[in-house]
Order: sequence, then structure tokens, then C-alpha cells
Amino acid sequence: MAKKKFVVGCFDNEEALFPAVKKVRTAGYKIRDVYTPFPVHGLDHAMGLRETSLHTAGFIYGITGTATALGGISWILTYDWPLNIGGKPHFALPAWIPIIFELTVLFAAVGMVYTFCYLCQLAPFVKKHHFHPRATDDLFVMVIECTDKTNVDDLKGFLTSNGAIETDVQVAEEGWWWGRYDKDDEKTLEKKIVAA
Amino acid sequence: MSEQTLDFKEQFEVPSKMKTWSYALIGIGLLAFIIGLFTKGTGTNEEKAIFMGTIMYNTIFWTMVCNAAMFFICATTLAMGGWQITFRRVAEAISTLVPVFGIITLIVLFYIVLTGNHEIYHWLDAKQVAADAILKGKSGFLNVKFFVIWSILAVGLWSLLGWRMRKISSEADIEPMDFNSGNTYVWKNTVTAGLFIVWFALTVGSTLPWLWLMSIDAHWYSTMYSWYVFASTFVAGVALITLWVIYLKNKGYLEYTNQEHLHDLGKFIFAFSIFWTYLWFSQYMLIWYSNQPEETVYFKGRVQGPYKGIFFLNVIINFICPLLILMKRSSKRNYTLMTFMAVLILFGHWIDFYQMVMPGISKDHVSLGWFDFGILALFIGLMIHFVGKALASKPLIAKYNPFLKESIVYHT
Repeated sequence: MAKKKFVVGCFDNEEALFPAVKKVRTAGYKIRDVYTPFPVHGLDHAMGLRETSLHTAGFIYGITGTATALGGISWILTYDWPLNIGGKPHFALPAWIPIIFELTVLFAAVGMVYTFCYLCQLAPFVKKHHFHPRATDDLFVMVIECTDKTNVDDLKGFLTSNGAIETDVQVAEEGWWWGRYDKDDEKTLEKKIVAA
Repeated sequence: MSEQTLDFKEQFEVPSKMKTWSYALIGIGLLAFIIGLFTKGTGTNEEKAIFMGTIMYNTIFWTMVCNAAMFFICATTLAMGGWQITFRRVAEAISTLVPVFGIITLIVLFYIVLTGNHEIYHWLDAKQVAADAILKGKSGFLNVKFFVIWSILAVGLWSLLGWRMRKISSEADIEPMDFNSGNTYVWKNTVTAGLFIVWFALTVGSTLPWLWLMSIDAHWYSTMYSWYVFASTFVAGVALITLWVIYLKNKGYLEYTNQEHLHDLGKFIFAFSIFWTYLWFSQYMLIWYSNQPEETVYFKGRVQGPYKGIFFLNVIINFICPLLILMKRSSKRNYTLMTFMAVLILFGHWIDFYQMVMPGISKDHVSLGWFDFGILALFIGLMIHFVGKALASKPLIAKYNPFLKESIVYHT
């Protein structure tokens, strides 16, 4: 549970956000994340995020489902407990295809949902620090990670000159934690709501 | 948008190489037709039926594939899609072939029907129909008068509504639109596209495949057949659009069409290949499972008879290949791979049409050979010639289309 220092810049529209993201990146700062009220097309490219590997995971889950269904049904119906159903051969592949298909979809879907939740650190009772309460309302919030060498005032000035309407320095928990928001977090939240 | 000037090559010029190719292919096709006419056309009754059947499945396949290009335009128009505008003229050019191939189809089919060729359509033989309770029951639908009228209506209305869609599209070449005229333009497009889709559903989506193709096996029926034919031709139609788009890009046209558009065409090919398989398999599995003699007669010759190889080749080309090759995002964005897949899929669905038609005409002999490929060459040659001409007759991009900006900045 490590705490870290972040510089937060708030923008009030995406037209200001895009050039700012590019400039912050070319200036060599490390953007931790950008929180937006709605999905912004092309922001992932601008931030230089790598392509998600969620679909590769989905393919592996799907293949697992196919193998499970095919292996399970064929073991049961040809080896463990062969039954004569309508005079069909024991290895009645066409009749199994729908079940194989559905198990493939089920494994892929459920597996991908859980993987997505894990990657986004979403789970019941899991808490994460909120950098600005208005990020879910109408504010585009860019969070930049500070290192030992980061000059915070310079960075704040740099953000303001690139269109940030509000800048802030926060020392916050970087990962997730179980339980409630701690006292520090509640205080910053209250202050922000009053200010908004 | 309207203040900016767009910089692109508006006018397509038919390269001399393309002309040479199209004339050469037409020449090969005509040669094959004439040789076929004197060898197969004068042979036994079965050989004559194979001769007519080969021409028939080729012409029906190409008519429906070109008509699928118009379906693509209308479906995306009705869905208020904007992404296809940068290359919509390509699909329009392909759809200009509907009247041409439609008339060839009508001539071939009417020749078969009016000469009473019951080697192909058993329901044409009055004696057999009178002695057969099943054919008698279907005679309200399967008779010459209905066949002729409905076929003319189908091809006529496809051509008419397609012509109207293309005419509306030309209005976007003339002058910039303001909000009101843009609205009217979109509304006109929507109404015509809606009419086309309804007529498409009444013909390709239901009656025409029954009439033209399913009635070759006159006793047999499947309620999924028309959808199966539709899926087959639509996937081939999108593959044809993709091929032309890639060709034009290679020649330096269509500057605003890029990988994003190719990606979506790839998604269409991938998705409708799966949809085709779904229908193909549903039709097969239900018949296999219930195992009724009057239903299995269709698959008997195809799965266990001499057509076995073609039957399974069909599934490998049209399902396994797209599934494994087109699943990855990077392969849908790769021009070389998409060219390969488009050609493969066009060939695969041509084979699909072959195995829909020919086993019903010649049960014991697989006739796939030089004559089939010769007639195919004839149609490819005609297709290249007419699409090239249609592309050259209009600007390649409708530059005042209200959706053009959406299409240019599009990314998936």
C-alpha cells in the first residue's frame, strides 16, 4: 500500500484535453490516467496506451470451452455411458455442435468479464482513490505521476498554460484497498464537493 | 466542412491493362461457351442439362452478388451509417450490373422454363406433376406463369430502385447542402433504401431462391434455404466490394478510404461468414437429426455421394478459413491478406452455388471442370468491364454527402 504524489490537471472540454495530453507526453511526464465523463474516441491513442490483450484472453477462454464441451460429451457418450439415441452413432458430432458452441461462448464471456474486472481493479468492496469528484460529471481529469525530480510548481504552470482550468497536488494511495475510504480521502472529497 | 476543399482524384480512368484483361476473359468465356454448346449442348439429355445448369448457377450467382452490393448500400443507409461514404461509389458501380446480369439470368431461366427443360426443373413436366401429390400441391407456386412474372418483377424492381438510389447519390455531386437540403437528401435516401430492403426481403430473402434454386430439387424444401442463399451472396458481395476498393487504392484512388474502412469490411466478411455457417449448419443438422427420407434426399448425394469432396471443401473455405484467418484484428487491416480472403470467399461461395444446383441436375457425375471455369471467366470479364465503365462515369466520392466528414474521420 504505497502512497504516491500526483499532479492533477482538470480540463473542461476534450478539445483542450487532446493537445494537452500530447504536450505533456512530449515534455516527458508520465500520465497515470485520464478520467473523463464519457468515453473519448482516440484518447487511448493520444495517451499511447498499448492495445488491450483482453481479446487474446477471450480466445483462450473460448478454446478452453470448446475443448471442455467436446472432451466432456465425447467421453460421456462414447466411453463412460454410451446410449443408443435414435439409432445415431455414439460419436454424433452434429448434435453436439450447439452445446460446444454455447460452452465456448459461456467460457469466453464469463472469463472476459472477470478478466476485465481484474484488470480494472473492480470488485465488491474494493476502493480506489478519486482524484476529482467532478470527473464523473463534466470534468476531464488528467493525473500525472511525480518522481523525485519533478518540479511540482513548474508542472502546474505547464498544465495551466496548456488550458487546465484547475490544478492540484495530491498524495494518494496508488492501488486499491479493501474496506472504506480512509479519513484523508474523505476530507479531499468533501473539499472538492464544496468547491464545485 | 463545406469551406474546406477536399483534395482527391475524382475521376477514375479505366487503365488499358484492365480493358485487355476484361476482353481476354470475355473472349475465353465466349470460346468456352461455344465449345460447350457443340460438345455438351449436343450430347445426351444429362449433358444438355449440365450445360444449361452451369450457365444458370453462374448467372444467378453473379446477379445476386451484384444485387448484394445494393443491399449493402441500402442497409447501411437505413442504419444511418456514415463510414461507407468514402467508397460508396464502388458499391454503386457494382450494383449497376444488376440489370445486365439480371437480363442474362432472365434469358437463361426463361429458355429453360419455356422450353420445358424438366431435366433441370422437374415441375415443368405436366405428366409427372399430375401423378405426383407433392408436386401437385406446390403447383400454385411452381408454375411457368408465376415463375416468369415474378422473375421479371424481381429483376425489374431491383434495377429500378437501385437506379433511383444511384440517381439520388449523384445529387451530392452538384453543390454543398445546408441543413434543410441535407435533411431532405437523407430522407429521400432513407425512403428509397427502405423500399429496396422490403422488396429484397420479398425476393432474395424468401421467394426467389425457392423459385430459382430450391425448385431444382422439387420435392425437397427447407425454410432456411433463402436465408442461406442470401448470406452466401451477401458475403460474396462484400468481398467483391473489398476487392474493388483495394484495387482502386492500389491505383492511387480513394485517398480517404483507409485501414479503418478495410477493417469494417473485414468485420462484415467475418461476421457474415459465421452467419452463413450458422444457417448452413442449422439446415443440415435438423435434417440429419430427424432423419426423414423426404428431407435427407437433398443431403444424400451431397454428403455421401460423389459431391462429398465439394461439400466439405465448401465448409472449409467458407467457414474454417475466415474463422481462423479473419479473427485477428491485424489481419482485417492487412491489404494483402484481405485481397486473398476476398478472392477465396468469392470462389468459395461460387462453389457453394455449384453444389446447390448441380447435384440436383446430375446426381452421379461431378461435372466441375473447364466449362464451369470458362463460364466463370465470362462473367468475371463482364463484371470487370461494366464496373470499370460505371466507376469512370461518376466522381469516385460524392463530395457533398452530409455523412462524408464522418466517413473521413472514421476509425474503429
